[in-house]
Amino acid sequence: MNKILVLVVGLLWHFQAIAALTIEITEGVEGALPIAVVPFSWEGTGAAPGQDIAAIVSSDLSRSGRFKTLPASDMLARPHSDAEVEYRDWKVLGMENLVVGRIQPNGSAGYLVRFQLFDVFKGALLTGYSIPATAGNLRATAHRIADIVYETLTGEKGAFSTRIAYVESIPDADGKKRVVLQVADADGYGPQTILNSPDPIMSPAWSPDGLRLAYVSFVRGKPGIYVQEVFTGKRQQVAAYPGINGAPAWSPDGRQLALTLSKDGNPEIYVLNLTSKGLRRLTEHYAIDTEPSWSPDGRTIVFTSDRGGKPQIYRVPASGGRVERVTFEGSYNARASYSPDGKSLTLVTRQGADFRIATLQLGNGRLQVLSDGVLDESPSFAPNGDMIIYATRTGGRHELAAVSVDGRVRQRLTLQGGGDVREPVWSPFTKSNRRNQ
Amino acid sequence: MKLFSPQIAALVVLSLTMAGCSTMGGKTAKDSGEGAAVSEAGGVDISAASAGENWQGNPLDNPGSPLSVRIIYFDYDESQIREDLRDVVIAHGNYLAINSTVTITVEGHADERGSREYNIALGERRANAVRNLILAQGAAENQIYIVSYGEERPLMVGADEEAWAQNRRVELLY
Repeated sequence: MNKILVLVVGLLWHFQAIAALTIEITEGVEGALPIAVVPFSWEGTGAAPGQDIAAIVSSDLSRSGRFKTLPASDMLARPHSDAEVEYRDWKVLGMENLVVGRIQPNGSAGYLVRFQLFDVFKGALLTGYSIPATAGNLRATAHRIADIVYETLTGEKGAFSTRIAYVESIPDADGKKRVVLQVADADGYGPQTILNSPDPIMSPAWSPDGLRLAYVSFVRGKPGIYVQEVFTGKRQQVAAYPGINGAPAWSPDGRQLALTLSKDGNPEIYVLNLTSKGLRRLTEHYAIDTEPSWSPDGRTIVFTSDRGGKPQIYRVPASGGRVERVTFEGSYNARASYSPDGKSLTLVTRQGADFRIATLQLGNGRLQVLSDGVLDESPSFAPNGDMIIYATRTGGRHELAAVSVDGRVRQRLTLQGGGDVREPVWSPFTKSNRRNQ
Repeated sequence: MKLFSPQIAALVVLSLTMAGCSTMGGKTAKDSGEGAAVSEAGGVDISAASAGENWQGNPLDNPGSPLSVRIIYFDYDESQIREDLRDVVIAHGNYLAINSTVTITVEGHADERGSREYNIALGERRANAVRNLILAQGAAENQIYIVSYGEERPLMVGADEEAWAQNRRVELLY
């Protein structure tokens, strides 16, 4: 096992004054692409910008599990443009790729962030960009650079500019608990409160356009399902039937919500048409049926049911029809959701006394356990399918963690001074992710 | 002894469990519904039902009564009411059957293990098990409101069986 690499970066957090996000990479990175991201130079007068762009890019790339980044202290040179790059400085360190950059003043309050990506072995410039930025979106700019580097080198879209939503339980000043629904950058920075309640909030789910969140909120002792616009805060109650109103899941076209209702006696999966408000019942069984999730092609819904005695994953055509069991391994499999390519599921599986995150290959039925906690739950794929974010308990704390889908890189995201964090959900790719650029 | 009505059953349960209980006396409960009045604060006057007993106050407040037990615990991933707690639920059922204007909220809960929405479903299944046994005593459906909080509202915070056992429960809230 590789040594533990800990990066601690300060951030201004809206709730407490100053908090720190700790990204701890807990597993080895054999086979990852070695890359050096040289600290960017500041070419203006006065104070340098408040964000270390290279550190953010490095952190993003290493979190993906696909890259092994070189610590700045190990670098033999600090070039900032192609004219300054000596490939041999990087070859001797075993680097395959190199990112250099600089930040220039741009107008009265703006910046121009310029960067270049090189293939060290070929001795070739692969790509270069100049990105206008402001002090307010330098982090977003860094994530965008990481996305470009990632896509150039892996051929797959980077997910560093996306966001996560999660539920956090925060002790109030008077000792009571508040429950808040938060939206933050994919690396946990910049959380913004979407909803604040004295009562439970559960099961946030991003709309496919990334503009809305569906969730369960208890109001005056009754659960309801709400859809809220993330930017305006405008919200609408879409289900408040007697009994359970739970587990909302968007259809890929954003027009329907699968959900769990127990209005007819016990929990069943229904599909709600958000335009017509029509409700269609999908399952019919005296057992528990809950936690629906749509396949990316919209044709299938997987769900959790204990119709076989213990919770297992089942599937049913989204238009209705015969129910088939999907998981057979283990005594507890729940909360499944599809990978973006539709070829696998991520789910919670019980191993002995522990609950862990796993993937299930739908083609061959292979179950691979990816996490090693005692109570890991609520897994959610990154929109490029390369990572899974989930909730974990370490000691008495509930935190967020992420794991690369190959299981090689695990990391904990610790919001220090914050409360218990749970139910993370990764946003889809959206235009709005880049609205500030 | 045969039980012929929920009213008598209630008194039997009460009398069997009350310390120093003497006799049931001739004054059985009046018609169900008559003796009960719900105050705004949720307090209940059931003086008629308790007439003849040596507990003078509200039977819900009698620490010797099974009615004072308001939490029904469950085994892991189970929704069957444990044998040792059946009498408690039956006592509440009888009380509600007699006092038909009294309503309760039956809140289902689960421990933190497993997925959150499954635990909501499990909590509801537990609440329904309690509800069904209450209804079997003659209480009416509209006296009982069911809600499940799953694992969202633990009684005890902790990651061991002691805490989990406390949290796998149904609460009866008058």
